Amino acid sequence: MRRIFATFRIALRALRRNKLRTLLTMLGMIIGVAAVISAIGIGNGAKAQVEAQIAGLGQNVVSVFPGSTTAGGMRGGWGSMSTLTPEEAKAIEAEVPGVVAVSSEVRERQQVMANGLNWNTQILGESPDYLSVRAWGLESGEMFTEADVNSAAKVAVIGKTIVDQLYSGADPVGETIRIRNMPFKIVGVLTPKGVNFFGQDQDDVVIVPYTSAMRRVARRQYLSAILIQAAAPDEMPRIQDDVTGLLQQRRPGRDPDFIVRNQLELAEAATATSKTMTWLVGAIASISLVVGGIGIMNIMLVSVTERTREIGIRMAVGARGRDILLQFLTEAVTLSILGGVIGIITGFVISHFISTKTSWPSLISPTSVVIAFVFSAAVGIFFGFYPARKASRLDPIDALRYE
Amino acid sequence: METQPVIELDDIQKVYHTGEVDVHAVRGVSLKVMPGEFVAVMGASGSGKSTLMNTLGCLDRPTQGRYLLDGIDVSRLDRDELADIRNQKIGFVFQGFNLLSRTSAIENVELPMFYTHRKISGHEQRERALKALDLVGLAARADHHPNQLSGGQQQRVAIARALVNEPALLLADEPTGNLDSQTSIEIMGVFQKLNDQGMTVVMVTHELDIAQYTKRTIVMRDGKVLTDTPVTNRLKAEVELEKLRDAQKSVQLS
Repeated sequence: MRRIFATFRIALRALRRNKLRTLLTMLGMIIGVAAVISAIGIGNGAKAQVEAQIAGLGQNVVSVFPGSTTAGGMRGGWGSMSTLTPEEAKAIEAEVPGVVAVSSEVRERQQVMANGLNWNTQILGESPDYLSVRAWGLESGEMFTEADVNSAAKVAVIGKTIVDQLYSGADPVGETIRIRNMPFKIVGVLTPKGVNFFGQDQDDVVIVPYTSAMRRVARRQYLSAILIQAAAPDEMPRIQDDVTGLLQQRRPGRDPDFIVRNQLELAEAATATSKTMTWLVGAIASISLVVGGIGIMNIMLVSVTERTREIGIRMAVGARGRDILLQFLTEAVTLSILGGVIGIITGFVISHFISTKTSWPSLISPTSVVIAFVFSAAVGIFFGFYPARKASRLDPIDALRYE
Repeated sequence: METQPVIELDDIQKVYHTGEVDVHAVRGVSLKVMPGEFVAVMGASGSGKSTLMNTLGCLDRPTQGRYLLDGIDVSRLDRDELADIRNQKIGFVFQGFNLLSRTSAIENVELPMFYTHRKISGHEQRERALKALDLVGLAARADHHPNQLSGGQQQRVAIARALVNEPALLLADEPTGNLDSQTSIEIMGVFQKLNDQGMTVVMVTHELDIAQYTKRTIVMRDGKVLTDTPVTNRLKAEVELEKLRDAQKSVQLS
């Protein structure tokens, strides 16, 4: 142990002797490791942000949208068809196992008014289960009930943006909001959710019972979507199949005029991008580590040549080949680890700097630090071995005579 | 009890296979060196004395013949075993001093102990190194670096390094080759003192007057021992130094 420590001390002394050379050699490692650490940090931060936003869409949600219409050769796109009914939503809830909550959804943009102010916003007709499906909470008041749905009551739960626009931020529970000039009583205010994955303000919304939305606001018989919450993430694909089967069964002999999506697909698409980025960064980083390693190898070869006489002296007084090998290997590893550690610190600083200058969060995991450290040590061993072995195989007589 | 020779060479031959012609550097040398001897090996360049020294120093193996060092047959040992023998049995002193630069005198002296397999505590290492430096009269300069020392002082550090592991044999390769005449005599004084204390010294030199300080002279030619004679009218370093000082004084007085 003392021996290893002494060898390490000799290595440090040798590196101190050529400070500029040592620094330049380490630079390759420093840049490589710093790039890895900061890029992975920012990548992880972005991934965490995306995951949080996807989780904000709801928990384990399977959605059903109506199919597309074609009128006079013009195809309307998903959702343009009017086929989904509240009865189908009820059937799904009753017949598909593993379903925790179902919400029938009606979407409509309307002008809303209160306190002499007006505002164009998204009106959502939903079931009381909607908040559970979207994993959404209430800041004040409460959600409307099943009874309100059955009676198509004129009650509403509003988002924070509406509170700010029409009530100047004051608690509006108990107040009245007019939708299509009909008074709706505000029973609750949603907790702010912020901007979603697609850049939309999720708090710019008024939620009413879907029956009220169908009869009083949108005045139509069909739903914009059915949102289904699964009990567990791994049940989502099965529920997706079951719902497809059930809805197809209710449309005998017709082509499917609906589409069933599950949240995992969205999450996968989003994480696929960040996975590609991680691989790309990893590839670039490993190239720079290899370049850094070659730099170390180069300088170690120079060092061995320069210190041939020293090697000869050490051998003359009894150093075995192994002792010389260990000495130069220690030097190379010290060089690369030192570079690695400085690189890790630099990476920290860079990612911190970037995340404060931009709004990208950065998340440096201990794993990436450990991996960077182990990798830099491995680079030192790999690229230091050849020069060290060359040194250890010198003939003592030739080495002593070397000028 | 019969005393064992420190060196026992039995028909040592060394052939270098370089290029097309084989070079017979040493062609059958047999000799014995007993403990407490002080031997000078002399000869023109190409006489095989350097090759013989490398063999004696266990830096190289003979092509043929047997070499017993302190009773151990070292002629068939591998590289690592030879390294251990060099560490334990032999102290080297070179013409060019061969100290590690930018390393203090005491650390240079401690160097052989770094490669000793038996564990020596840091404290003991320092103590032994200081003792060796004291023996060559340089204890006061233990923390000086080689570039702060004169040639003679550097050679003393090298001698201290050679002594630190208490070897059976002190080998010196042209130890005075880079020194002026007065310093040369001083260094020979150090060797004589060590030899008086019982150390066996074998030295290569081409200077006849330096060889006069030893007890036995071996002259080599064409890879063979030409003459092997005891030194008559041996010089004493102290006396010679005294004479030199008187001479210098008289020059200054006149």
